[in-house]
Amino acid sequence: MENAFGQPQSVVVLGGTSDIADALVGELVAARARTVILAGRNPETLAAAAERAATAGATTTATVVFDAADPSNAEATVRACFDAAQTPVDLVVVAVGYLGDQLADEVDPLAAAHVATVNYTWPVAALAALTPRMLQQGTGRILVITSVAGIRVRRGSYLYGSAKAGLDRHCEGMADALLGTGVTVQILRPGFVHTKMTEGMKAAPFAVDAQRVARDTVAGLASSSRVIYSPSIMKWLFGLLRHLPAGLWRALNESR
Amino acid sequence: MRESLWGWGRTSPSVADVVTPDSETTVLDALQSAVTVVPRGLGRSYGDAAQVAGGLVLRNDAFRDISPIGDDGVVTVGAGVSIDDIIRRGLPDGWFVPVTPGTRQVTVGGAIAADVHGKNHHVDGSFASHVRSLRLLTPTGPLHCSPHENEDVFWATMGGMGLTGFVVNATIQLIPVVSDRVIVDTVRHANIDDVMADMLANDHRYRYSVSWVDCMSKGRSMGRGIITRGDHDPSPSPEKTPPRRARLSVPFSAPNGILNSLSIRAFNEGWFRKAPRHRIGEYQTLGTFFHPLDGVQDWNRLYGSRGFVQYQFAVPDAAGDTVRAAIELLSSSGVPSFLAVLKRFGDGNPGSLSFPIPGWTLALDLPVGPSALPGVLDQLDQLVAAAGGRIYLAKDSRLDPDLFREMYPRVDDFLAVKRRVDPHNVMVSDLSRRIGLIN
Repeated sequence: MENAFGQPQSVVVLGGTSDIADALVGELVAARARTVILAGRNPETLAAAAERAATAGATTTATVVFDAADPSNAEATVRACFDAAQTPVDLVVVAVGYLGDQLADEVDPLAAAHVATVNYTWPVAALAALTPRMLQQGTGRILVITSVAGIRVRRGSYLYGSAKAGLDRHCEGMADALLGTGVTVQILRPGFVHTKMTEGMKAAPFAVDAQRVARDTVAGLASSSRVIYSPSIMKWLFGLLRHLPAGLWRALNESR
Repeated sequence: MRESLWGWGRTSPSVADVVTPDSETTVLDALQSAVTVVPRGLGRSYGDAAQVAGGLVLRNDAFRDISPIGDDGVVTVGAGVSIDDIIRRGLPDGWFVPVTPGTRQVTVGGAIAADVHGKNHHVDGSFASHVRSLRLLTPTGPLHCSPHENEDVFWATMGGMGLTGFVVNATIQLIPVVSDRVIVDTVRHANIDDVMADMLANDHRYRYSVSWVDCMSKGRSMGRGIITRGDHDPSPSPEKTPPRRARLSVPFSAPNGILNSLSIRAFNEGWFRKAPRHRIGEYQTLGTFFHPLDGVQDWNRLYGSRGFVQYQFAVPDAAGDTVRAAIELLSSSGVPSFLAVLKRFGDGNPGSLSFPIPGWTLALDLPVGPSALPGVLDQLDQLVAAAGGRIYLAKDSRLDPDLFREMYPRVDDFLAVKRRVDPHNVMVSDLSRRIGLIN
């Protein structure tokens, strides 16, 4: 059971090898998390992440392998995670994400669809698989990692940004749908984060590391706010940027 | 019906089927057919003791009978009868409850489950000391329990957080009073050392004693406090009027952050200054003296949607330094906390999960929000556990499961009884799962 500060005892991460998820699991295990189930694509990096969680104090760890390219495995993946937990799941983190190569992918139909599948379709399928299980528990949180890139989509990452935007809006509706059921949906919208996904990219202003995102997320779980920004200035910055005239927005991005 | 429930602190809601059984048969059926069950009274425990996510919650509202009060002050009341109900029934005839917490709005079932204590613990012990017997419906059937009959079940139930069964009724011993007033002495001290020294020296002269301590003041005035002590007025009053119902209420949840370190510091300052340095023989009504929390209905909404945690620990007499260290930690961390309540406990009882142990107890209200708070409370837990102390489960909403076992060394006695009366662990709560007591 989670406690009054939103600190979970059991955590499932879909996309368990993401740097943000890894840092978050570190923070959660340092608090109350003892059961950690990690699902992801690469068995070796998953096993290493599970090992880190165990060393930090998790007493039950397990890994589940899946590929977010195929939404038909979402149900089986979620089932395997819940079975492995053997206890009500307090927190599910949906951390699946794939940036892709915008310029190459935008003219390649299959590649473009793949970005949309990993960032939107698979997570949506997984959320549909999660919902009845969480409802039956009568308790639990779902934390979905989207991005500020979905608030105002940029020319340089619109495949990724539009998929994250779709997922973000999906979760807003879902959060309303689940009000009063004991199940809470929270959306994490990080700004630019230095991770292996953004390696080699030019950092945007107010770039942070995964540790910082993890700490902001822990605070967001405690406050139960529907949307968590990291760093928190992103809330005001993108509140402004989303209303910028299109020409100005373009110019701003081209100058970078 | 599916319903979202939480404790008085308004943190960690969970959803369960909630029913109000009106007969013993319905309760027994539920205990034998449901997967997980927990009883619930008026929902005044602060954390997650009276809820079970995805399970079945049995309200005790329908068990509200009060028997005629005997000449000896013995009365049998349904588990859903509140302390308020008992006072209203008994006081006009000169009977008062033997133990009352800071609110009258708790049921007898809840008072037993939490083995509640009041300002007279150093003299009269906790609620359990005044329960003659009770009727308990367990998953393996009904039981009559008393200190002489099924005594192990009796003592597992006292403070057992509702995990041994559903209390139907209890026979309790009331105390005679001739007046509806209390004679109160108040004294103000500039720091925690003076407060504690005065309590050690003088508490035994009073039936009721409690101190309000400021955990936000620093330096030489750290832990400044106000001791109020009293006894029932021995001179008869013509009429014995039960306490007034709350006239004020908080109609909706306040915005988060209204109770912050600034506003709470100001409140604590005002509270301290308004108290007399030394006043003796003041007359107070029973309501004013015993139930300050009942003046404003739904006051917990002031803490906003994030809610608040109450932190109450007890440490043995020898660990007076731990009280000081705890106040120092809180004061230096800067987390806002309302005037804390400091009390002396007398002897404990055989209840395997009953909270009181002889020594000191300190209780604090802390708004959820400051990012330092979870860590500060974890540090306090370590201090308390190292001193041989414990956290009060009826108030808890965040204790580390590893420390729970250290704090309650008789937990195995409890579990032995639990296995007998509830072999399939039907009676479970969010609390019992969270602290790893019953999963």
